[in-house]
Amino acid sequence: MKTLLVCALLTAGLLCGVIVTHGGPAKGEGPPLGLPPVPVPEDNPQTPDKIALGDQLFHDERFSSTGDVSCATCHDVEKAFTDSPLKVSEGINKLTGTRNAPTVLNAVYMRTQFWDGRSPSLEDQALHPFLNPVEMGLKDHQPILEIVRTDPEYMKAFKSVFEKTGDEITMKEVTQAIAAFERAQVVGDTPFDRYFYKGETDALTASQKRGFEIFVNQGRCVSCHVIEQTQALFTDNRFHNIGVGINDIQGEVPGLARKFLYAEATMTEVDVEVLTNKKSSELGRFAITRGFDDLGSFKTPTLRNIAITAPYMHDGSLATLRDVVVHYNNGGVTKEGDTVNDYLSGGIRPLNLTDKEINDLVAFMEALTSPEFAHLAGKADKK
Amino acid sequence: MSKYRLSRRDFLKSAGALAAASSLPVSMVELAFADGRKNFTFAYISDAHIQEITGGKFVRNWDRGLIRAVAETNLLDPKPDFVVFGGDLAQLGKKSELDHGAEMLAKLDYKTYCVLGEHDYYLDLGKYWSKLYGDQYYSWDHKDVHFITLNSIITFDEWTHDRWPSDEQRMLEMAGLDNPNGSPFMVGKEQREWLRNDLEKVKKDTPVVLFSHSPIQKIYKGWNFWTDDAEEVQALLKPFDDVTVIYGHVHQIQYNQISNISFHAVMATAWPWPYPQSYAQAKSHLPKLTVPMNRADPFFERDATGWQLIDLESGRTAMNYNLYNNTNRTVAFDPKTGKPMDTAFQDPNDRVLPQTRY
Repeated sequence: MKTLLVCALLTAGLLCGVIVTHGGPAKGEGPPLGLPPVPVPEDNPQTPDKIALGDQLFHDERFSSTGDVSCATCHDVEKAFTDSPLKVSEGINKLTGTRNAPTVLNAVYMRTQFWDGRSPSLEDQALHPFLNPVEMGLKDHQPILEIVRTDPEYMKAFKSVFEKTGDEITMKEVTQAIAAFERAQVVGDTPFDRYFYKGETDALTASQKRGFEIFVNQGRCVSCHVIEQTQALFTDNRFHNIGVGINDIQGEVPGLARKFLYAEATMTEVDVEVLTNKKSSELGRFAITRGFDDLGSFKTPTLRNIAITAPYMHDGSLATLRDVVVHYNNGGVTKEGDTVNDYLSGGIRPLNLTDKEINDLVAFMEALTSPEFAHLAGKADKK
Repeated sequence: MSKYRLSRRDFLKSAGALAAASSLPVSMVELAFADGRKNFTFAYISDAHIQEITGGKFVRNWDRGLIRAVAETNLLDPKPDFVVFGGDLAQLGKKSELDHGAEMLAKLDYKTYCVLGEHDYYLDLGKYWSKLYGDQYYSWDHKDVHFITLNSIITFDEWTHDRWPSDEQRMLEMAGLDNPNGSPFMVGKEQREWLRNDLEKVKKDTPVVLFSHSPIQKIYKGWNFWTDDAEEVQALLKPFDDVTVIYGHVHQIQYNQISNISFHAVMATAWPWPYPQSYAQAKSHLPKLTVPMNRADPFFERDATGWQLIDLESGRTAMNYNLYNNTNRTVAFDPKTGKPMDTAFQDPNDRVLPQTRY
């Protein structure tokens, strides 16, 4: 009965893969095992040329004020598209921001971008780091447009991909190409996927299997890091206050919150404020929505490839997966006995996990690394 | 870069649209009285049910609910004029529970008025509660509005004084739902007399707002969503142009209009109750106007709990429900229909369907 069900679900998954017209990673036909079809906006279809152009733009260091920072500086493919082991990202002149670089891998499945979801799409997201003073530090997008409008290689590529030249090339095309490249960074097929979606019972170790049980039961992890019958994004695309960051500014919340009430800020101004002021950063999504429910809350990240992208949390404050599990086990405080913040999300409560159960849970998360990046396993911890 | 944020003025214009969004801005609406009187807001927190497990250890979930409501209320800007706590601060009326709850409530930055709930009352008949919060029924005037607080959870003398072997037993019997040993709530003759006298001094065009723990209307007897002498209290309120009754106890959004009286229920900070109509053993009188809440996601302990900010516009109320892990709601008096209406979900086509669970 169980086998039948799995077969039926797999078939459904394959069918979905077929329906998608221009989605999916460039190399494969359907999405990788464990993932749904890649959502692609109608006005920005995936093509191999566009993905290649996006790749080039993503790695171009000329798009920063100092000429040595590109998107790839903080989203390095050799580090699973993060800047592990940095806690928070380093931009121009070694300036640091307030947040840990999230991986580009599978970011396409996120309904919002950035830790606080302040950007609605990959295309929009790509606009902002160029201008942030602690990231790429440009005053406006003009220097980028000058390069792509005059560099012979870019001129050729934009002509071929978008049929545009000179002033017709705008940041719309630039960000569409970058987004297309990011949309191609989709990886699944992890040991967990083979175990759960393909029925390969030996894909997980005994400890990982126990960890999976804890993940969906006593650990309560699955409520936010979602696993479904045909796919597992390991995120609910929602925002939660789990007691990281906000715990450090508890007495200051009223004053900090007020700052966002009266300022008529543009998206760019908020972008700068939350990445340059650590205390404002800790307000999380509240800085965007001004909703009480969002105080100190951040987007649930995917757990795919989590074992190779240390450190953890929006501020990189937890060094290991074990630290993360201990934080949850304590009910939303890193050190047992610390003060729980007043705005803690309702789902967070002490879990009463034993040491062995914590180890099993960590082992399970180590089974979420895709084969393309398996060679990075173990590296993050050693650095 | 486009301005992504609404100014407060924009918010006024599009309050309906925003109500559908997930968040309530901290900076709430200021609506001007048409005749120039000053409008104001107050916040309402209710049903914390602080519960001692044993030896000074309290139920964490209920603690967190009250702590969060207090902290969020303190962030309100512009500031509300005062806060009302709607009763059931404690679960079993114990001194330790009332003390623990009072300690949390004391963190409110505002003047706080308290309503007595049955969970505060039936252990020592309100003795310790009164030591903390004073009178069990009282009235006051604030910016041309007459406010009244009643103790609406008393019952027959025989049940209260002569039936139970211990105070603890009495408390437990009253705390139970569908309890054949229970007894209906009432305001009682003494308080009705006091109310009659109190209202005699009030002009008929003065807005009257009455706070009670039980509904002052008859909804569902099995769970004491009920006040036995509701009609008699309503009759005393009938001569006034604008009357609003705000009650706790039911842990859910309810609203209703009976002649000149608008009724609004408030959320608990502890846990949500299901709607009685889902419970088929007894007839429900749940107001038909009420749009049910999109019910709780069981993972999020705070879902379907919350607190409310209340606007008094021309003496009529707009209840802004601040709901954790859920969609905020506003139920406001609609002069066109003469009833409280949900600003976003009243039309059945606009409703969020309840979650289906398998």
